[in-house]
Amino acid sequence: MVSPILELENINKSFGHVHANKNINLKINKGTIHGIIGENGAGKSTLMSIVFGLYQANSGKIKINGKEINLRSPKDSIINGIGMVHQHFMLVENFTVLENIILGFEGELVFGKNLEKAKKDLKNLCETYKLNIDLNSTISDLSVGFRQRVEILKSLYRGAEILILDEPTGVLTPQEVDELFKILRSLKEEGKTIVLITHKLIEIMDLTNEVSVMRQGEMVGHTKTENTNKEQLAEMMVGRSVLLRLDKNDSKTGDVLFKVEDLSVKDDLQVIRVKNVNLEIREGEILGLAGVTGNGQTELLEALSGIRKVESGEIFLDGNKVSDNQNFLDPRELKEKGLAHVPEDRQRMGLVTDFKAYENLIFGYHDQQPFSKSSILKHRDIITHSKKIMEEYDVRPQSPNLITSNFSGGNQQKIILSRELNENPKVLLVGQPTRGVDIGAIEFIHQRLIEMRDRGAAILLVSVELDEILSLSDRIVVMFDGKIVGERENKNVTDRELGLLMAGVV
Amino acid sequence: MEFLSDIASLINSTLRISTPLVFAAMAGIFAERSGVIDFSLEGKMLMAAFVAAVGSYFLGNPWLGLLLAIIACVSLSMLHGFASVTYKGDQVVSCVAINILIIGLTTALAAAWFGQAGLTPTLSEDQRFLEVNLPFAETLRDVPIIGTIYSDILSGHYIFVYLAYLSVPLVFWVVFKTSFGLRLRAVGENPSAVDTAGINVFAMRYKALAINGVLIAFAGAHLSTAVNANFFREMSAGRGYLALAAMIFGKWHPKTALVACLLFGFTDALQIRLQGVDLPVIGEIPVQLIQAIPYVLTVVLLAGFVGKAIAPNAIGQPYIKER
Repeated sequence: MVSPILELENINKSFGHVHANKNINLKINKGTIHGIIGENGAGKSTLMSIVFGLYQANSGKIKINGKEINLRSPKDSIINGIGMVHQHFMLVENFTVLENIILGFEGELVFGKNLEKAKKDLKNLCETYKLNIDLNSTISDLSVGFRQRVEILKSLYRGAEILILDEPTGVLTPQEVDELFKILRSLKEEGKTIVLITHKLIEIMDLTNEVSVMRQGEMVGHTKTENTNKEQLAEMMVGRSVLLRLDKNDSKTGDVLFKVEDLSVKDDLQVIRVKNVNLEIREGEILGLAGVTGNGQTELLEALSGIRKVESGEIFLDGNKVSDNQNFLDPRELKEKGLAHVPEDRQRMGLVTDFKAYENLIFGYHDQQPFSKSSILKHRDIITHSKKIMEEYDVRPQSPNLITSNFSGGNQQKIILSRELNENPKVLLVGQPTRGVDIGAIEFIHQRLIEMRDRGAAILLVSVELDEILSLSDRIVVMFDGKIVGERENKNVTDRELGLLMAGVV
Repeated sequence: MEFLSDIASLINSTLRISTPLVFAAMAGIFAERSGVIDFSLEGKMLMAAFVAAVGSYFLGNPWLGLLLAIIACVSLSMLHGFASVTYKGDQVVSCVAINILIIGLTTALAAAWFGQAGLTPTLSEDQRFLEVNLPFAETLRDVPIIGTIYSDILSGHYIFVYLAYLSVPLVFWVVFKTSFGLRLRAVGENPSAVDTAGINVFAMRYKALAINGVLIAFAGAHLSTAVNANFFREMSAGRGYLALAAMIFGKWHPKTALVACLLFGFTDALQIRLQGVDLPVIGEIPVQLIQAIPYVLTVVLLAGFVGKAIAPNAIGQPYIKER
């Protein structure tokens, strides 16, 4: 008989008018990996922050091992054996691993005996779970994957029996995800209980024993993972049936609209990150650029969109040379020639998140008809346009006056996409279009991209999600260490084959 | 020999002049390491000078004056915390408000109590701190070198001078060798990390501000009850700002901040020494030009002469937990 280690009864939480958690009931059994799945904004993170004591519930009970407890702060949760690895790591970047882990649990006023003991205990923990962390390295020198391990080690050191992970794979490479899952499985074997918050179905199916589904602040279902499948879970999450596989016709390609010859690009530290790259994209074609993060895709996209200087090589748009080392068009001139860009980092480059939605919806086109006349913005026309386009692209909520940072990731992406696609560009550069975006929005964004293609646009799709590359692209190139290491038609290629190319093995 | 005694007196005045800067810089380190900007060092120093002088005048004991100054400065720090930590107001605005308030308040209170705008009565000898002669200072005076160092440079300072330089290793120890210091540095870098470690972010910042208030009180008391025997209008004369500059120049680190304070103190001592001196070739340098040296130096140093100063990551940002 398995016993629940954590029970939630009728948890309610509101932020102002937003009812983030409505009468949530949840039982988590000891020694299991329990998935909580739901779209962005479904209330998963809020619920777990309540369990971790970071937020206080407006009403409801929390029980651990059958005993009701009162969680007023993270300290209470930690004492009760709850640990949490947050989506944004809670680490002090200029501290060492050791300093971060003992923070708040120093056990002494002046560092001495306990510090030595902590070092020994941590080394043992590292060995037990094969974490392979150097306690003296500074956080800012560590890769994202290692930082996450530090977070896990931190929770374990503080005596966590229940470990909550909030979207742990969003920032990891496929290899790092494998490593993480290995660690989580070994934690389970040692009797720890793991709660995995995610919106990725594949992770639920791969890793969990049980799964709970949340939608719009409510718990809509519980089941054993072996009794369900991806399609069923997706339907529960979104509340309607979802096409996990995209239906699309074969492409009808025309002339070459965008061409890159022998392009090399340096990064800010003057290191060459893009090495003699050649690309051709035809009218009505999606070219997928696959690769592990940090292999030059970012610099390539920046150079192609006119943000970064070209070191050598040439770029052609619709048969005309637009950039080389001497002369280059800036992003605005490129835009006028029919090139649109959906940047990888939407919050840093795609949007001014403190601006209102309608401002972001016209940004870059704001000085053109019909948005302005003689340098004066035409407010009423802009709002009318914004309302229309927000409806067309299903941006929710449909309020042009809302500050952009209040929209969810998926809706922010729709704002950028609608702005760029509205001008009917000939060439579209898209970076990570669905990173951090929920399933419903992913489906929508993918359909829009296919529509653009069918209308004759040449699209370059840069993504680290292999599934996305495979479901959208007509042709796939793989980038590794700044070079294009392979090109395949999408008809007869497997993800295994691409994975090897991405790892630089072939 | 005259050259040597010149140097000795220059170092002696450097130590004395740097004293309020050192206290203020250490006070600044506590506030800013916890993530709270402290522009109000200037105002608090002025307040401490006023309260110490008045307290000592009425109570007849400089230590009681100092105690009142500490209470006053800690209260001002709490006010700053109330506005900028609890109520998440703009930290610079809160500091500027305190500075302006104190300039007006001290002038007005002095006028109301003593009938002279911005001036308190002169303190008698037992109402102020006197110079401390170290043991054997007189006996050792004639020993070459050691005598100069011990008797002419180290001995004969006010108590605050010794306390200021002792505070530096103490601050270093607290900030880098204790769990309180670890939490202090963490809360200024990433308050969320501190919160999720089960530590109260707000309490940490208030504690840091309380220590800040105590330290800055010493700087003010030094000005009005030690080197001077009364309070006069705006007697802090920009030292709070100068100390802030020294702290930034010292990268929020007690040791390097000390070096910066000594550098500023030295240029000030030098400019006093150079006033009215006939230099060969150049002749007498106009006094205004010489007096500008410390400030010109500040600008030059802060303009990137010493490399980029990296502030605590979360400085100036109020901590907001719920979205």
